[in-house]
Amino acid sequence: MTWAMFVQHTLNGLTLGSLYALIAIGYTMVYGILRLINFAHSEIFMLGAYFVFWGITLFYLPWALAIVGAVIVTASVGILVDRVAYRPLRDAPRISALISAIGVSFFLQNVTIVVFGALPRQVHRPAWLEDPILMGDVRVLPLTLFVPALSLLLMLGLVWIVYKTKPGLGMRAISKDIETSYIMGVPVNRIISLTFGIGSALAAASGIMWALRYPQLQPVMGSIPGFKAFIAAVFGGIGSIPGAVIGGVMLGVIEIMAVAFFPDLAGYRDAFAFVLLIVILLLKPTGLMGEKLEDKV
Amino acid sequence: MKRLLTLVFLMVFALTGGAFAADTVKIGVYLPLTGQMAFGGQLELEGVQMAHKEMPTVLGKKVEIFVVDNKSDKVEAANAVKRLIEKEKVVAIIGTYGSSLAMAGGEVAEKARVPMVGTSCTNPLVTQGKKYSFRVCFIDPFQGAGAATYAYKDLKLKTAALLVDVSNDYSVGLASFFTKSFTKLGGQIVANLKYQAGDQDFTAQLTEIISKKPDVLFIPSYFAEGAIIMKQVKELGAKFRVMGGDAMDNPQIVEIGGAAVEGFVHTTFPYDPSMKNMSPMAKKFTENWKKAFPSKEPNVNAALGYDTYLLVLDAIKRAGKAEPAAITKALVATKGFEGVTGSTTINATHDAEKPVGLVQIKDGKKTYIGSITPQL
Repeated sequence: MTWAMFVQHTLNGLTLGSLYALIAIGYTMVYGILRLINFAHSEIFMLGAYFVFWGITLFYLPWALAIVGAVIVTASVGILVDRVAYRPLRDAPRISALISAIGVSFFLQNVTIVVFGALPRQVHRPAWLEDPILMGDVRVLPLTLFVPALSLLLMLGLVWIVYKTKPGLGMRAISKDIETSYIMGVPVNRIISLTFGIGSALAAASGIMWALRYPQLQPVMGSIPGFKAFIAAVFGGIGSIPGAVIGGVMLGVIEIMAVAFFPDLAGYRDAFAFVLLIVILLLKPTGLMGEKLEDKV
Repeated sequence: MKRLLTLVFLMVFALTGGAFAADTVKIGVYLPLTGQMAFGGQLELEGVQMAHKEMPTVLGKKVEIFVVDNKSDKVEAANAVKRLIEKEKVVAIIGTYGSSLAMAGGEVAEKARVPMVGTSCTNPLVTQGKKYSFRVCFIDPFQGAGAATYAYKDLKLKTAALLVDVSNDYSVGLASFFTKSFTKLGGQIVANLKYQAGDQDFTAQLTEIISKKPDVLFIPSYFAEGAIIMKQVKELGAKFRVMGGDAMDNPQIVEIGGAAVEGFVHTTFPYDPSMKNMSPMAKKFTENWKKAFPSKEPNVNAALGYDTYLLVLDAIKRAGKAEPAAITKALVATKGFEGVTGSTTINATHDAEKPVGLVQIKDGKKTYIGSITPQL
């Protein structure tokens, strides 16, 4: 393997990894606060991508406006999902909310098929995104530079919200003990809605980035990236925001490098991610940056 | 009282059910209308529906078609066929796009002894050893040889790389037939990389392929992935040509692929709206399609769907009755049936023999550049 190739592989891995990271942040945030694995997250991700391109092709919105609009609409969908499917189950056993999440995921997928059609749709990217930057033999897409920066920025923003703001204080309180938070006057439902709103806005951002990198929209486009991001979140330690970013980036790089070093095994690329998940669960069940699991009595 | 009511209901159902069975000929259609192969399945369904609209009766009875989406999934395909046979009681089945799906569905039809006519499932295994499976298309050894011959003899390309979907019988089969013919002609395969259906990132595989400097990259992919692969080929700055099989045939290829698909060549069945010397039937089909779908070009999948419906109707006519066993017998005896995609004769292995067509994207237009009789 030449140096140029190695660098090219690394950059490809970083792009893919930071996309995983963006999705993983949303997973980990909801889990950290509610201990709920929001399986509908991958569908929210898909909706975010659809909304942007709907805005552009149907309402002729400029890019920036379409993106902002899509993020807002997607966040509202996330809040609505919480209101309809999770809030009534807040006091039910955790498994009920999990099953509800799977139901929501199927529901959103099928609604998308009805509304947008099942045929994959092509995304027309702005021209400046299509031209790679040349550095010797290495070709870098503008997104390759932009996506990791965006992931990092959003991660820092989130950490700031969670640790430095009042709603963030509420989130941390709820994650420790939801009943006591009620008693202490934390507006629990409003904080949880906010959590879902932020989580869904993040999913929309990653959906848009994903669609710009892999320009095709499909109602089922969220499933595989969703799974991978979930693995990334577990890898990094579910509940931890920096953990999700590190997990996502590492998973992307490992996946690409696995193909780079063992080209013959390229067909089993997805298997690497799942093997990684099993190994982590066996060796370090809480992930790289995870907190120790405590059984709540 | 309740029991009596149930009895009355049952009798009414039995009577109406019986009456329907006598009045109509039921034909099942199972195609991928969602998922990875939806691009092709949708077009084939539109072809079938157009043919049904033009010829809605056979033997003086109305033809009823039942459409089931097999979701580009092998298990769903088997279920779809089961449902068509057991619930809808169809006498013949049309479908499907996608060889993996046709193999899964064919097993079920074989057991129930209901004839099935494939539209564009080209893997040889689809009809192998089956009494009730047929198809109106050629098979992959033929197509793979066509692509290899064109690449080696006409374009003088000596080294090739492959990017194959390992989860698909069509993709794996076509890749191996291409390899066989290409190496036999004297060419060399320098890289053979794999991916799985649903993947969207091919940069790792493509970077590896680029480092091997092939003259041509052959992608036996479905259109959904093929379009993304070609975009990433361009993004990574590859200089080689790209070729593909019939699954890449799509009227929107230029609209979707843009500059990334310029120069792309794929093998296909002998019909395309850009064809110069069209048969009268192909001409009529093209005109009627443009009337029915003014905003959409027809393509070969639509034509195959159309032909399959007509062939099934023709077989029912020749059989003289709408019964699975008689229709099967008539299908076996099909000789020189004229369709949009040329004349169909069902051979000993239940496949149709047709020349391999070639389509190239030239100056942003899908262009039929001729047909080729491959050297096997």
